[in-house]
Amino acid sequence: MNVALFVPCYIDQFFPDVAIATLELLEAQGVTVHFPPSQTCCGQPMANTGCSAEAAPVARQFVEMFAGYDAVVCPSGSCVSMVRNHYGDYFAPDDEQFTQVRDATFELCEFLVDRLNVREIEGRFPHKVSIHSSCHGLRELRLGPCSEQQTPRENRLRILLESLADVEIMPLTRIDECCGFGGTFAVTERETSVAMGVDRVQDHIAAGSEVMIAGDMSCLMHMQGLISRRKMPLRVMHIAQALAGRELAPSP
Amino acid sequence: MSPSLPIIDHPRAARDFVNNVPRSHWHDDALWFVRVKRDRQAQSLPEWEYLREQASAIKQHTIANLGTYLQEFEANASRMGAVVHWAADAAEHNQIVLKLLQKNNAQRIIKSKSMLTEECGLNEFLIDNGIDVVDTDLGERIVQLRGEHPSHIVLPAIHIKKEEVGETFHQHLGTRQGEADPQVLTEAARGHLRGKFLDGEVGITGVNFAIANTGGIVVCTNEGNADLGVSLPRVHIACMGIEKLLPRFADLGVFTRLLARSATGQPITSYTSHFHGPRDAQSELHIVLVDNGRSRIRDSDTFRDSLNCIRCGACMNTCPVYRRSGGHSYNATVPGPIGSVLGPAREPKVHKSLPYACSLCGSCTDVCPVKIPLHHQLLAWRKVLVGKRLLAWNKRVGMKAASILFRHPRLFRFAGYTGRTALRVLPKALTHNRLNEWAIDRDLPTPPRQSFRAWYAENRKQTKPEDVK
Ligand code: SF4
Repeated sequence: MNVALFVPCYIDQFFPDVAIATLELLEAQGVTVHFPPSQTCCGQPMANTGCSAEAAPVARQFVEMFAGYDAVVCPSGSCVSMVRNHYGDYFAPDDEQFTQVRDATFELCEFLVDRLNVREIEGRFPHKVSIHSSCHGLRELRLGPCSEQQTPRENRLRILLESLADVEIMPLTRIDECCGFGGTFAVTERETSVAMGVDRVQDHIAAGSEVMIAGDMSCLMHMQGLISRRKMPLRVMHIAQALAGRELAPSP
Repeated sequence: MSPSLPIIDHPRAARDFVNNVPRSHWHDDALWFVRVKRDRQAQSLPEWEYLREQASAIKQHTIANLGTYLQEFEANASRMGAVVHWAADAAEHNQIVLKLLQKNNAQRIIKSKSMLTEECGLNEFLIDNGIDVVDTDLGERIVQLRGEHPSHIVLPAIHIKKEEVGETFHQHLGTRQGEADPQVLTEAARGHLRGKFLDGEVGITGVNFAIANTGGIVVCTNEGNADLGVSLPRVHIACMGIEKLLPRFADLGVFTRLLARSATGQPITSYTSHFHGPRDAQSELHIVLVDNGRSRIRDSDTFRDSLNCIRCGACMNTCPVYRRSGGHSYNATVPGPIGSVLGPAREPKVHKSLPYACSLCGSCTDVCPVKIPLHHQLLAWRKVLVGKRLLAWNKRVGMKAASILFRHPRLFRFAGYTGRTALRVLPKALTHNRLNEWAIDRDLPTPPRQSFRAWYAENRKQTKPEDVK
């Protein structure tokens, strides 16, 4: 299988280890991974602001770059949702290059569970953890069941995380509430965004969790910023890092 | 409504409420409690998702054939002796109601909850015309006594604490100072309203559902105040938006099952009252059908589904922004997710900040009993607003710059490198200043020395152009 790795702009720049862990996980499954080096961004910041004219050329560039791969895998649910659910605005519905890329683009855990049928990852993560279900992964990609709906669904992140040895998943009171990141929302509605984030972190702390794990680094970046400013007792980790066997850094 | 309305800035309007952390938490918990009740009720019906599917399909069909069903409704309602009036907008609606009151020489009106009359500003209009209007829903009455507007469409006084209700009742109803016992306060309100009910000359209600094939209307309340309000006076005026229609009586069950469960987590509202024509030969039933912008929404392929709304309020209860910022921050008759869709449809400029008062979490879409894709509509609104040049110029410029950056991989690499280096070497006071909205309350991530692409170039065989397809 000819797989391309899509590393979202902010992960490339700020969280390279998340991308490295993703790469390692895929390679450990025997997948040959390519990293097209001139990739940048999926265009989500512009699209979410409503600036279609600015998002469209970025989307077209993305599709051209990733056309022809059997799969495009990305460690970020919201970027995958952008491609899968929102690129339609920028292409003709019968544009074959576009539909091919759209249908081939997967979130990391989704790819492992649904495409490669991986349900167990070797390794151990001897920690009390809690899962932050990022909204786009949950409600746009349907990577797990959401609390509003009565439709049963497998939780892709949980299946993989649970398979690690010695991991203990702690229960939250609000299992899938938004953390308040929301892209530019975090800046334009700063007060509300911060209030949402602090509440989210506190739910994880109250659950007795040592480390919050999510499939979207953007939510984690926002909450890590709040945790570090307020010196709260919780660490964050992208699921790729936990699955790839990264050690939890000692608490600061 | 007048075009000179002030432009609402949601973040600013929300600030005081959010920053009062105990209050914001209290509000959040109160609404979350309702959502949890709703979840339990939804889980108790194995057919829940099927019902939502049905409700959405019925609504879509009705809205598509609205003209036909409205005519059918008018014919059937008239046949039973109701008088049907048509209002193109809020002003016409208010005039119709006023004329009816004047014709009946009515001075004292008892009104049960109706978001439509709220939307039309009926209370203010009638009071300006010398008519006494009393809201009989307890929450509405509290808000009315305080000179406020409802902050929620189902729980109008959810933003007010019981101690504050005690204070209001002390001032207006003469209860003991410091009284905060809900039982005592409710009793006081009851006593006070009883007098009003007995004095009422005309009863005004909203309408939850109107049924084309019977010509009947249905009003749902938990306090029974609508029933009392229209049973005592001789004249009943029912005001409804034209989207409240259902084709057949048989469709109603789908909606009554969804409405109360979604709204308050009850299996059914305490009172679901049906009105088929006036009570008797001496009484009158007037039904005012109001458009007020609804036809315009119906014309829009993107926003048409928002007419499916049955005003259950579930999207507000679930919205993490609404719960923390309070309903008044929306400055709109209907707040929360659905309000942020409907507001800009009425006045794009006035309500332009509302579609951005959303983290796009999508919870509203999944909770909505009639499956309105609320968060996708909010996203769609952002596009429309940008098209109307209503996005602030600095944001517009920022997005243009980002687009250029992302279209030029070398520039992106360079900017990334410079940015990371700057973050690493500059003193924190410079990177975390008041101009950086992100960093006022949050630390920035510690920038790594190397980007992923740089790491990849060093550690993996560089992808050759021919490898990249
Ligand atoms: S949009 Fe849906 S959830 Fe919100 S009030 Fe209307 S029907 Fe209820």
